[in-house]
Amino acid sequence: MGKQVFLLVGTRKGAFILASDASRRSWEVRGPFCETWPTNHVVADPASGTVYAGGGNEWFGPAVWKSTDFGLSWTHSSQGLAYEAGQQPVKAVWSLAAGEDGSLYAGVEPAGLFRSTDGGESWTHVDGLQKHPTRPEWNPGGAGLILHSLVLDPADRNRIWVGISAAGVFATENGGESWETRNRGTRADYMPEGQNYPEFGQCVHCLVKAPGEGTRLYQQNHCGMYRSDDGGRRWESIETGLPSSFGFPAAAHPRDPDSLYLIPLNGDIKGRFMPEGNTAVWRTRDAGRSWQALRAGLPQGGAYFNVLRQAMATDTMEPAGVYFGTNAGGLYASIDEGESWDCVAPHLPTITSVETLVIER
Amino acid sequence: MGEDALRERPDEASATLPAPVLVRLPAHLIVLFPGAERLVSLHAGCVADMMDELDARWPGMRERLCDETPAIRRHINVFVDGRRARLSTPLAPGADVFVITAISGG
Repeated sequence: MGKQVFLLVGTRKGAFILASDASRRSWEVRGPFCETWPTNHVVADPASGTVYAGGGNEWFGPAVWKSTDFGLSWTHSSQGLAYEAGQQPVKAVWSLAAGEDGSLYAGVEPAGLFRSTDGGESWTHVDGLQKHPTRPEWNPGGAGLILHSLVLDPADRNRIWVGISAAGVFATENGGESWETRNRGTRADYMPEGQNYPEFGQCVHCLVKAPGEGTRLYQQNHCGMYRSDDGGRRWESIETGLPSSFGFPAAAHPRDPDSLYLIPLNGDIKGRFMPEGNTAVWRTRDAGRSWQALRAGLPQGGAYFNVLRQAMATDTMEPAGVYFGTNAGGLYASIDEGESWDCVAPHLPTITSVETLVIER
Repeated sequence: MGEDALRERPDEASATLPAPVLVRLPAHLIVLFPGAERLVSLHAGCVADMMDELDARWPGMRERLCDETPAIRRHINVFVDGRRARLSTPLAPGADVFVITAISGG
């Protein structure tokens, strides 16, 4: 018996799975899967080991793919993954999350939330979110009106946070029946002066939950990085000490609620690539009060790529692994909490998401 | 069904059913449904009925070809006897149907 570590990678041209033993020093690359469909998010249910991949194909629409054998075989379904007749059709699945009660959630474009209680075979619209009074005023971000961040609370199955571009963060405490905005303290620099802290309409880029029983959240926004210690009711800026306030992904440490990883880019109107072409992952170990650039083994000079909103993750190993994939197709891994890095797959298609799964074999 | 669909079947010739519709499906749709074939012979009065019939044979196929508008998906073209069709387009007995994916990609 030993541990096996999987990296679940979504790309513009299918899903990939990388597999390693507990050393995490040698990775076998499997894929492309899902018939090379554009795949926005690949996750695993840690209880069962089932892998789910969500995406959408320009011809054939949205689907959630499923593999119970770590990628050897796949099925797909979108039964029920649709709004009512006459609504704008669901274009793609953007985010997936497996709950501890066996439920599976999917966030889609145009922004909405679906739940499956049969392992992704069929879906039901969680329509309370669409009934939120702000819904008619939601505006799409650059990637469309997408529900891209989907955070479940392991301690309370009825509590869910979602991030919608560019409507902001919403939360439910009753399993999706009703929702409230959770954007207080986050900026919208693109709004007129004096209207920069609206109730909704913020361009959230990525929302993650800190480990443990609390409700601490971290957020990478189009306009800043934030921490909330009360489930998103109030956000505090943590961008001081970072090279910019703009980036896409965020990844929480698996055990330390004070540790967070971000990848700030050079700004939203300057190309959106690594600052000065030098790659760095930035880490805080004090909940955002101070930051350290992690560069060892990462490309320095000429790195004109970015890292998309779901393309960074940590694993549950000790020490924790940190992984990110670039829009240029490079997949980077650190097995020492970010101190040093290796490129483990240099030439994948554009990487949209990275997640991890650790199992006992 | 494959090549058999092109041959006249004695049992169908003697039955009262009208001539079947011949439907040609794109290869990258077929790979999504184990056992599905490129050439399908079926009975349907309109394109929507044809989608129902395809979905009955390979559950989920209608969702790949149609959205919840309901309409044929934006980048899927259905041609009936050489003319672009909608879900309501009638299918005459023996109609030739092509389901084609639009040029797309990058």
